[in-house]
Amino acid sequence: MKKLLVPVIAGSFLLLAGCGEKTQVTVYKQGQYQGKPDTRPWDNAQFKNDRAAWEKAIKARTDNQNEYARVSGN
Amino acid sequence: MARMKFLCDAERCIECNGCVTACKQEHEVPWGVNRRRVVTLNDGLPGEKSISVACMHCSDAPCMAVCPVDCFYKTSEGVVLHDKDLCIGCGYCFYACPFGAPQFPQDGAFGMRGKMDKCTFCAGGPEVDHSAAEFQKYGRNRLSEGKLPACAEMCSTKALLGGDGDVVADIYRNRVLKRGKGAEVWGWGTAYGKPEKAPTPPAGAKS
Repeated sequence: MKKLLVPVIAGSFLLLAGCGEKTQVTVYKQGQYQGKPDTRPWDNAQFKNDRAAWEKAIKARTDNQNEYARVSGN
Repeated sequence: MARMKFLCDAERCIECNGCVTACKQEHEVPWGVNRRRVVTLNDGLPGEKSISVACMHCSDAPCMAVCPVDCFYKTSEGVVLHDKDLCIGCGYCFYACPFGAPQFPQDGAFGMRGKMDKCTFCAGGPEVDHSAAEFQKYGRNRLSEGKLPACAEMCSTKALLGGDGDVVADIYRNRVLKRGKGAEVWGWGTAYGKPEKAPTPPAGAKS
């Protein structure tokens, strides 16, 4: 009888293990971003969270697309 | 800082596909996926026009509205990005997009659609900036390096402009005034004509 008891208890634990499984279905809320958060483009080692420096760099690049100003040096 | 926008000047585009190549090279985009492409209208006929098309990062992006898993988000600079870890590759965004921007790599043995891939305005995605994971999923993050998208910066005739919408519009306005023609900006009204959706105030917030 005792020999049977051990596998029965072990088996019951195995069966119960299934009950502890977490749900794998993601719950989505309509209309709200559900993914991971993103950092700001100036929030890095290069710009050290200095938004003004980043905006200055972007503005310089954007202005550089204007060849009228670039060629004449205005 | 205004919103990041693309503008393609059809009077200048010479269909060289330099923007397409720059994008492919910059982000190591796989075969079959074209984040940017050049479309030519009335090809071979007098007066043909070419425009470079990619995600326009719309003010009121239809892809964001239709996504069933809400994997899209918009950065404070107006760049529409998405989380590939959430994307289920359903293709709704492709049907909603007026520019055909969302691309789907073939995934698996039966030609199944993989996770959606699209232009990121060279702004990476929701991974650590400049990490290997970010590059693998979304490509290079040039914006956080203080640079503009590779396609616009590479454009030899400066037909494709990218960057702060106000500055880009000023450059174009000045250009149109100087040459005296070609004021039509295809896609601009479609992408930026509608006002931005006001963010929903949290419950209980005072108006």
